[in-house]
Amino acid sequence: MITFAIVLSIVLLFVILFLLFRIGTLASIFRGSSERAPGTTKTSNRVNSTLLLLFLVGGGAAFIWSFADSWEGMNLPVASVHGTWTDSLFWTTMIVIGIVFAITQVLLFYYSYKYQHKDNKRAYYYPHNNKLEIIWTMIPAVVMALLVFAGWKTWTKITSAAPESAVVVEVMGKQFNWMVRYPGQDGQLGVSKTTLIDATNEFGIDFSDPSAKDDFIPNQIHVPVGKPVLLKIRSRDVIHSVFLPHFRLKMDAVPGMPTSFWFVPTKTTAEMRTETGNPDFNYELACAELCGRGHFAMRFMLVVDEPAEYEAWLAEQKPFVEQNPGVMAKFATEAPQDLALDAKPGEKAEEDKTEL
Amino acid sequence: MSSTDITINQDVHHPHEEHDHHHDQNFIEKYIFSQDHKVIAKQYLITGIAWAFIGGFLSILFRLQLGWPEATFTFLEPILGGWVENGKLNPEFYLALVTMHGTIMVFFVLTAGLSGTFSNFLIPLQIGARDMASGFMNMLSYWIFFISSVIMFLSLFLETGPAAGGWTVYPPLSALPQAIEGSKGGMTMWLISMALFIVSQLLGGVNYITTVINLRTRGMSMTKLPLTIWAFFITAVLGLLAFPVLFSAALLLIFDRSFGTSFFLSDIFIAGEALAHSGGSAILFQHLFWFLGHPEVYIVIMPAFGIVSEVIATNARKPIFGYRAMIGSLLGIAVLSFVVWAHHMFVTGMNPFLGSVFMFLTLIIAVPSAVKVFNWLATLWRGNIRFTTAMMFAVGFVSLFISGGLTGIILGNSALDIQLHDTYFVIAHFHLVMGAAAFFGMFAGVYHWFPKMFGRMMDDKLGFVHFWLTFVAVYLVFMPMHYIGIAGFPRRYYAWTGFEVFNGFTDMNMFISISAILGFSAQFIFLFNFVYSIFRGRKTTLNPWHSNTLEWTTPVNPGHGNWPGEIPAVYRWPYDYSKPGAVEDYIPQNVPFSQTQSSNLPQERDFE
Ligand code: HEM
Ligand SMILES: [Cu+2]
Ligand SMILES: [Cu+2]
Repeated sequence: MITFAIVLSIVLLFVILFLLFRIGTLASIFRGSSERAPGTTKTSNRVNSTLLLLFLVGGGAAFIWSFADSWEGMNLPVASVHGTWTDSLFWTTMIVIGIVFAITQVLLFYYSYKYQHKDNKRAYYYPHNNKLEIIWTMIPAVVMALLVFAGWKTWTKITSAAPESAVVVEVMGKQFNWMVRYPGQDGQLGVSKTTLIDATNEFGIDFSDPSAKDDFIPNQIHVPVGKPVLLKIRSRDVIHSVFLPHFRLKMDAVPGMPTSFWFVPTKTTAEMRTETGNPDFNYELACAELCGRGHFAMRFMLVVDEPAEYEAWLAEQKPFVEQNPGVMAKFATEAPQDLALDAKPGEKAEEDKTEL
Repeated sequence: MSSTDITINQDVHHPHEEHDHHHDQNFIEKYIFSQDHKVIAKQYLITGIAWAFIGGFLSILFRLQLGWPEATFTFLEPILGGWVENGKLNPEFYLALVTMHGTIMVFFVLTAGLSGTFSNFLIPLQIGARDMASGFMNMLSYWIFFISSVIMFLSLFLETGPAAGGWTVYPPLSALPQAIEGSKGGMTMWLISMALFIVSQLLGGVNYITTVINLRTRGMSMTKLPLTIWAFFITAVLGLLAFPVLFSAALLLIFDRSFGTSFFLSDIFIAGEALAHSGGSAILFQHLFWFLGHPEVYIVIMPAFGIVSEVIATNARKPIFGYRAMIGSLLGIAVLSFVVWAHHMFVTGMNPFLGSVFMFLTLIIAVPSAVKVFNWLATLWRGNIRFTTAMMFAVGFVSLFISGGLTGIILGNSALDIQLHDTYFVIAHFHLVMGAAAFFGMFAGVYHWFPKMFGRMMDDKLGFVHFWLTFVAVYLVFMPMHYIGIAGFPRRYYAWTGFEVFNGFTDMNMFISISAILGFSAQFIFLFNFVYSIFRGRKTTLNPWHSNTLEWTTPVNPGHGNWPGEIPAVYRWPYDYSKPGAVEDYIPQNVPFSQTQSSNLPQERDFE
């Protein structure tokens, strides 16, 4: 089918090309050598300038139609507090640039049509006008200033420090999947080091650190609705990027440089299922930074629960060490006390460094 | 005073005997290792066209995958060999294709092909010089570019394939051979190729700058330069300042790859082992890369600004509106382009305060860009527009530049970039504003200066068909990409059907792919027209477009040295179109004021 479509379109083009060329050459033979300056021939000017006008009308209509038609698809339901801010900023900006877009495109095509070549006409010698130029420099400058201000306000709020009470989830990217870790009851993530990574301990958690003992590693992210959630993001190999489209959330996972992003989910998975009318709806986490052959398949699931459901889920989770008693062996033989002490300064790694 | 006695000395007679200052040249000296800027320009052009077809073809290959994710393409097996298995593109080869497509288009087509062709061809001809300051360096710059591009292309035939980390080659992906097949030999070749390319750019750029500064003919002050020359000049300055930074980044990357340094590498566990690196920063590379990378997109688009200004003024038969503002905005854009690089990095975890600063600077750059658009519109206003093919492409350029430029205002806003970064919204934005628009500038230039290059005209009718198919296809390809991008559809995805959130876009993707195939096929019309017209096109007259600039005062086929006799002196700016009182609607730059009537006062008078 596709092969056919491709071959057909190519053949079609060659036919058009051939025909045009024949007609073109024949016509120029008949026209004889009465040369006019190129671009001043009546037909080609009339045809092209009319086509430009038609393009404006037809293209404009097609644009409006396709835009409206895609409206549903492009407007993902939003499920975070800051997402509603960015969405409204986005559409406000779209309206502003939409107005400029419409005015400039209309003028461009309309002028092209209106001022097409006429033999007995002369163009208007008009090299400059300072007043006009100052006006149309100032207007964009003012509009930009307003957009910068609106953007800056939103950006500052989004990137502010997370509240103390935030639920902490560590997200780690690796080729090619995501892994998450919760701090457990103590609210403290245990120290981790790349050198400790092995087939079971994929995070490289130092289990001699007491705060690591209750960390658990589920295969889905669960977060409570309406509560701030802080994602602590890191990567153990190349750059990945945590992308949660419904939450309007994206942050790179950079090896050696932990990053973070906090957000407040506003709709539970169940609510989204009713809203979208899709009983199988799930929040998905994608990778947005090219990280290798499996980049396109780094999918992870996130569930937004009612607070009670969330607590219930939390209670069900078993610490990693309990589920994999084997991992302790590696640490038991070594002096646990020292290691734990050693690890103290390493805790810094947990704080978010911000990089220039 | 009557205006009828104004004569425009167009058909300056030229001595018949070949006034060749240079010794007899054989074929190799004349066409291969030529030091004549006009020949070098043609070499750049033809090489650029070849790369454009290859780069375009690669995009069609990966568009097949994106448009029909479930289909099998057994017919690709003979072409691509092991990279296609059972009719499915290998996901890693997909990434290699994307990388090669981007690299070829940005560097080999739109930097070397566009700037190389027109800077070389027009700088000496429009400023009234016999050649570039150093013909030898100029030749060297072309040949180094050629070798660099061949090295890049040959990486396609490596067993492990070409570089596959995107044209931005971010480490650690590009630094660690164990991270991805494309980080093995392919990446090494990418870096070698790029290093050579930068050398070629610097050789070329130094030449352009020196030539513009030193070799202008009598009377050609900086404020009488055509806007093309201004644009090429500023582009060369940008390249000279920006490319060395990429060079250093590439050098550090080579060190990290081969000599165990850790500039960009830190604690990493990959392919089953923890590496010995520590302390480096992957983000540092991004800063260095985009310090070139962002000016680079202006290096790509700026020559097109110049060409389009020239073509619009000539064909609207009007002076370009706001000549000084046009130069000012070029300078403004050039300066600002160096201080906005980190808008590519809003979500890398950099300091949010810096994010605000870069948002501010980024949105400011919209102002000079807006001035350019308004000035082009004002130039069309009350014109007497001749729709040559070049003019069609120039009008198309303005339309695309508006469409693509405006979405930059969205992406430059850091809060909005969170959702849109690395999605198809970005792909749509930059393809319109620098991909397609720069190509349109290039087409406008080729159709406009073809008669000067080859002494013949390209066929208009084929040109119009080429324009219309391309123009419509470009919008059909890139408009829908915005829609899926707003929904977050990620770029550099081999397949998306695994995600519920993205898999609703099957029809849209197919539509985009079909439009891309149509648009690509339309380029064969251009190719045919181009090649055919070189040999069989209509012979041109001396100044077919009735243009004011100096290149149209040379013989139809100028020899080495450009003007057989003396170089004409310049008396006026290049935009004396439709001056009130003049007989003709154009007065070339070399027409002295004494030959004209009171209406043809020096342009300075117009600048009260
Ligand atoms: C035949 C017309 C073209 C089509 C259909 C096309 C299509 C595409 C698509 C779909 C992608 C994204 C692939 C992905 O992210 O998975 C892409 C990437 C890219 N294209 Fe094009 N493109 C075309 C022409 C151009 C031109 C003229 C330029 C010149 C600026 C260009 C420069 C790029 C760059 C820089 C990338 C990014 C590569 C990367 O992500 O590493 N393309 N192209
Ligand atoms: Cu990833
Ligand atoms: Cu990825």
